[in-house]
Formats: sequence, structure tokens, C-alpha cells
Amino acid sequence: MNAIIRFENVHHTYSEEAHESLSGIDLSIEEGTFVAVLGHNGSGKSTLAKHMNAILTPTQGKVFVSDLDTSLEENILEIRRTVGMVFQNPDNQIVANVVEDDVAFAPENLGIPSDEIRRRVDEALRQVGMSEFKLHAPHLLSGGQKQRIAIAGVVAMEPRVIVLDEPTAMLDPQGRREVISTITRLCREKGLTVVLITHHMEECVGADRLIVMSNGRIVADGTPVEVFSQVELMDREGLSVPETTRLLYELGLPTDVLDVESCAEEIARAFR
Amino acid sequence: MLKDITLGQFFPGDTIVHRLDPRTKLLAVLLYIVALFQAKGWVGYGLVLLVTALCMAMSHISPKNIFKGMKPMLFIIVLTALLNIFYTAGTPILPGWIVTWEGIDRAVKMILRIVLLITGTFLLTYTTSPMALTDGMEVLLGPMKKIGVPVHEMTLMMSMALRFIPTLIEETDKIMSAQKARGADFESGNLIQRAKALLPILVPLFVSSFRRADELAVAMESRCYHGGSGRTRMKQLRMERRDWIALALSVLFLAAVIVLRRLGL
Repeated sequence: MNAIIRFENVHHTYSEEAHESLSGIDLSIEEGTFVAVLGHNGSGKSTLAKHMNAILTPTQGKVFVSDLDTSLEENILEIRRTVGMVFQNPDNQIVANVVEDDVAFAPENLGIPSDEIRRRVDEALRQVGMSEFKLHAPHLLSGGQKQRIAIAGVVAMEPRVIVLDEPTAMLDPQGRREVISTITRLCREKGLTVVLITHHMEECVGADRLIVMSNGRIVADGTPVEVFSQVELMDREGLSVPETTRLLYELGLPTDVLDVESCAEEIARAFR
Repeated sequence: MLKDITLGQFFPGDTIVHRLDPRTKLLAVLLYIVALFQAKGWVGYGLVLLVTALCMAMSHISPKNIFKGMKPMLFIIVLTALLNIFYTAGTPILPGWIVTWEGIDRAVKMILRIVLLITGTFLLTYTTSPMALTDGMEVLLGPMKKIGVPVHEMTLMMSMALRFIPTLIEETDKIMSAQKARGADFESGNLIQRAKALLPILVPLFVSSFRRADELAVAMESRCYHGGSGRTRMKQLRMERRDWIALALSVLFLAAVIVLRRLGL
């Protein structure tokens, strides 16, 4: 598989701060995968996300999006139509006062013909399950619904990657489930590459790959099973692991499964 | 209490007036205002009144809604009427009185003019969605781009401001509740005390608005916003036959009012 996003020894320092937010990130993200990035506040995970569509550029090192250098001004538009970004607060990324007009914003910016925009908007709203709300006013929707509109707004751009920077941080459990199942479906059914930045361990379980960040470095990288089974490391980082993993770990059993069924089997086998 | 603000209010509907192109409506209102100021005699005013009533009936907007919106203007209307009654020279209605027949005539016309002016513009905003309105304005003002007027930016700011009114109202409500929970008092005291009590609301509101603006700008750029050039629209404005008819009627109406003025009616 080819890497759609590539970080090469990336360092980043915010001008007003002394310490580095990213210190030497090497990372490639393959097309079509669901990557979760887990870490605490200040671990550099948001900074990492903002490098993926050239909102921030490295102070040292390089980031490539489908082989385009993000530090070059002339690449920015192409990079941003390749990598769509969804932010934390849904209210601050909705630009229009009718749902369908908001979803049309990105394609309109790209100068796409009207009937093609119409098709994309209807398709994007269908994919996030919000078609029936297309003529509603966004401020009357729930947080989860607003966030799905924001996702539709990015999907209508037809990007190859969607980066979501803590999309569930301001949502209730119901809205959180809606958003996570929507992006999982987009990845599995449409083959979109998804990068989910989060500090909720539960949201990473369904990912193909889990990256743990701490102090501007990648401290763990692998499948969720591989990463969560490093229980000591996760404890040291103050991150929780799934209850099944915790249980197997406390029992001194191999921690290479995540779901409840396999966990039960593992325990049963130990008793035999 | 803040929910009552009806700025840029729009009553959705499916009448012929609602379906007209926003550009048609904007131009028609412009012609209407010119006609209103051309009307001089009672026949002229009568014609304008008749046309206004007709438009109102066609748009299914009830007079009640129009009058409700007019309340804040009541003071100005009454003041203008009083000034006209007392300060117009002419024949007194009774010997020795300061009130003249001419004064009453002018006062009534003045009231009529202000009321009709407000009604006409209300009919526009009540029957046109804010988005359609700003779209129409952008197209109509398009030629001004040639002399360097940032038309796209201005209309974008307008629609953005309208978009954030409910969000900011919600936020204000939240801040007020937070302040009330800590014992702030917004309802009692004289005007100055109450104005002072508003300060702890305005400061956090301002700060958060700036943060919002910053986040919004980043989100817009992430969605490939790069100015007005090369942008297309999903909903293209199209002039239908009804739009041309409406415009023709508006021009005819203006011409009729001007003819009546010439005839001294």
C-alpha cells in the first residue's frame, strides 16, 4: 500500500512557547486505513493533526500529502482538497444557516458546476444519515447531528483523507456514538482514510492502527490489540486500557484480545 | 428574553412573492421606494397604498406581523407627525389656532409615507431567506467589483453575521445564567446600574466571539475557501417569466406615480 501522508523527522515549536510540541515524528499513513491517535492534552496530537492539511507547517522536517510538500504555498489548495478536517466545536465550523448550503460550501469554493454540487451534497448528507434535515437550520440540531453535518461538509469535497481533531470532545455519549459509527462506516464502505484524534480509549478499539502520543513523540504504534497489551506503558502514560485487557492483565493471562467473547474464552482456557 | 429578537426575520412560505428571484424583489423594493417619494397628491398615495395592500395579500403576510415589527419606530412616527402638525404655516382650522389644515394634510401624508416605507421593506425581508437576500445582493452589486468594492467579502460577512446571531444569543443566555447563579442582578436598579451589570456579560462574550472567529477562519480555509474568485454556487439564481413580469409591473407602477405627480393629483 502507498502512504498518503508521510511525516519525515517533523519538529514543531509554537512561537510563543519554549518547548517543542512535536519532537521528531516519523510516520506514514496508508491509504484506506482507520488510524486513531490517542494522547493526553498537550501530548502534541492536535498539532500532529494540523500538520496533515497544512494549517501548521513543520519548523524542521517535512510533511508530504500524496507526495506534495505541505510547506510550499502552491500545494496548499491541492492538499486541502485531499485532506479534509473536522474540528472539535461543531458550531464554529458551520458557515451557513441552512444545512444543505453549509455542506455545499467546500464544493462551491472549488468551483464545481452547480448540478455536480447538488449531487455531492445529497450524497454526502445521505452518507452521514442526515438527508431529512437538509433544509433545517443548523443551530436547532443536536451536537452529534451538527458534527455529522460538519463531516458531510468535508465528504462533499470528496477528499481521500478525513482528519478529525477530537470530534467528540463536546458531545454527549449518544452524539459520540453517532459520530464514531459514521466515520467508521465512511472508512469501511467508501475506502476513505480516516485519522481520528481523541483522548477516549473506547473510540480507538475499532481502528486498524493505534498511535499513542506523549510529549510530542510517538510512544506506541500498532494495532489496538498490540498497543493496549502494553499495559505498563499505558499506565505510565496515564491512559486507560479496555476492561477486557485490564482483566486479562490482572489475571496474568496473554492480553492479545479485545472483545468480551474472546476474553471469556481466554479465561476459560486458563481454567482447563 | 433574548429569544424575542427578530432581526432578519423570515416567514417561510410558498406564495408567488416568496418564489420570486431575490434580485427581482430587491429591484422592485428600490422602485417602490422611489415611487413612494414621488407620490405627492392623495391619488398618488392612494395608488401606493393599494399596491402595498395587494402585495401584502399576495404574500400572505398578516398586517399584525408588520405592525409588530413597526413598534420600535412608533416614537419617530409620532414625533414627525406632531412636528408637521404644529410647524406648518397655512390656514388655521379654527381662528387663532396654531394647527393648520395644511399641517394635518402633511402630517397624515408623512405618517403614511413612513408606514408604507417600513411595510415595503418588511415584505422583502419577511418573504426572502437571508441567504437568498445576500446572494441577490452579491449579484446585483457585482458590477461594483470592477471599481474595487469588495462585494463578495461584504455579502459573506453579512450572511455569516446572520448565521451567528442564534449562536451568540445562546451563548449570551448561558453567560447570563452563569452570572445569575453567582448572584448577579440584571433586573433591578436604575439605567446606569443595569448597564454596569451588563459589563460582566459583554466581556466574556467578546472574548469568545474572537475565539470563534479564529476557529471559523481555520475551518473555512480547511474547506478550501480562498476568496470569491473561481467560486461557483449550488443554487443558481434564475430569472423566470414571473420575475420579468413583476419587474415590468414595478416600472409601470413607478411611471404611473410620476404621471400622477405631474398631473398634480
